[in-house]
Amino acid sequence: MAHARDDHDHHDDHDHSALDETELRVRALETVLVQKGYVDPAALDALIDTYTTRIGPQNGARVVARAWVDPDYRARLLADATAAIAELGYSGRQGEHMVAVENTPARHNVVVCTLCSCYPWPVLGLPPTWYKSAPYRSRVVRDPRGVLAEFGVVLPPETEIRVWDSTAEVRYLVIPQRPAGTAALSEAQLADLVSRDAMIGTALVGTTPVRRGA
Amino acid sequence: MSYVTRADLGGQEGHGAVVPEPEGELFHADWEPRALALTLAMGATGCWNLDQSRAARETLPDYARLTYYQIWIAALERLLAERGLAGADEIAAGRALHAPARVPRVLGADQVAAALARGAPTARPVAAPARFAVGQRVRTTAAVPDHHTRLPGYLRGRVGTVESVHGAHVFADAHARGAGEDPRWLYTVVFDARALWGPGADPRHRVSFDAWEPYLESA
Repeated sequence: MAHARDDHDHHDDHDHSALDETELRVRALETVLVQKGYVDPAALDALIDTYTTRIGPQNGARVVARAWVDPDYRARLLADATAAIAELGYSGRQGEHMVAVENTPARHNVVVCTLCSCYPWPVLGLPPTWYKSAPYRSRVVRDPRGVLAEFGVVLPPETEIRVWDSTAEVRYLVIPQRPAGTAALSEAQLADLVSRDAMIGTALVGTTPVRRGA
Repeated sequence: MSYVTRADLGGQEGHGAVVPEPEGELFHADWEPRALALTLAMGATGCWNLDQSRAARETLPDYARLTYYQIWIAALERLLAERGLAGADEIAAGRALHAPARVPRVLGADQVAAALARGAPTARPVAAPARFAVGQRVRTTAAVPDHHTRLPGYLRGRVGTVESVHGAHVFADAHARGAGEDPRWLYTVVFDARALWGPGADPRHRVSFDAWEPYLESA
């Protein structure tokens, strides 16, 4: 159905050829770098496999659920997030220096990188497009309530909003509030409720399991 | 000023609404995962550091009209050309035309998991004591440096409060210029939104950032 539209739509045609151009360029680049021996093609596949199957927001959700059910773990997470997150097996690239910030009825935390796309990869995986794009990066530090409203999040006016601009190598993980009515859920069931956006601070946690997709 | 960043977007107007995206949508074209992997694999060779690659990205003349992975690819091509590792002629031809340069390391497939799990921590010991303490009022420098920096424009010349001290870290401003790691104390500094955006700003809105000591003076 998209093809039928392409026949009439110059914008789509234009975008399509621009993407083809990038596709060819990336393919050429890969060929050159492999021929020169700088990159191992199997390592490229391993990198892609890692970030599509093993490292993603399901990791951060496990951290959050553990903090919700285990007060000692929560205390360790707030005191030294890098070590507490490593307890669950997550560490490394773009998460070398972690800080966990906890949402409460009095304070809601939101994370951004206004200068580029700094993001806690070991617990959240790759950042979504909007996190790397100009609208979010420009506006969330100035009008966080307006940006949150675009995500469908409306907070009471008395709730303080803290925006964390990730300008150095410290990476921030938001610990969202545990929703009411979840006392009977297991830790794994709780983790299923925690979305990527809730751990960036642009969503709240509800009582419906998140669709992680693939 | 010869150094112009096009990535310092905090507080800018006119960029429109945020477009949310479902959680499973990691890539939007087949080339994007390849661009990601090529960037990470070349970064692992040690031919440049992360701050140099950020500088290469933020100074791209067409930064504003490229998608994020296009920015990564354009910066990668630039770093490769600047270091004599691969030329535009080779990318245009789609094959190697010149002898390869020596690279410090090549990331093998069997090393990927360990390399990612290790990462590249930036905390370093320093002899000098921290100049500022938690609770202290500080003013950010108003100077605009002629090189890569991690002090966003909207936070220049503003008064805030030190909230935490993170130890000393590799100083991005020096590291990006190839001037070594030059570790400096790193602080989280928090600002009332009214100190950034004027008296009409929401009194229950605060913004913090992570500041190396040279960005700060006593207030």
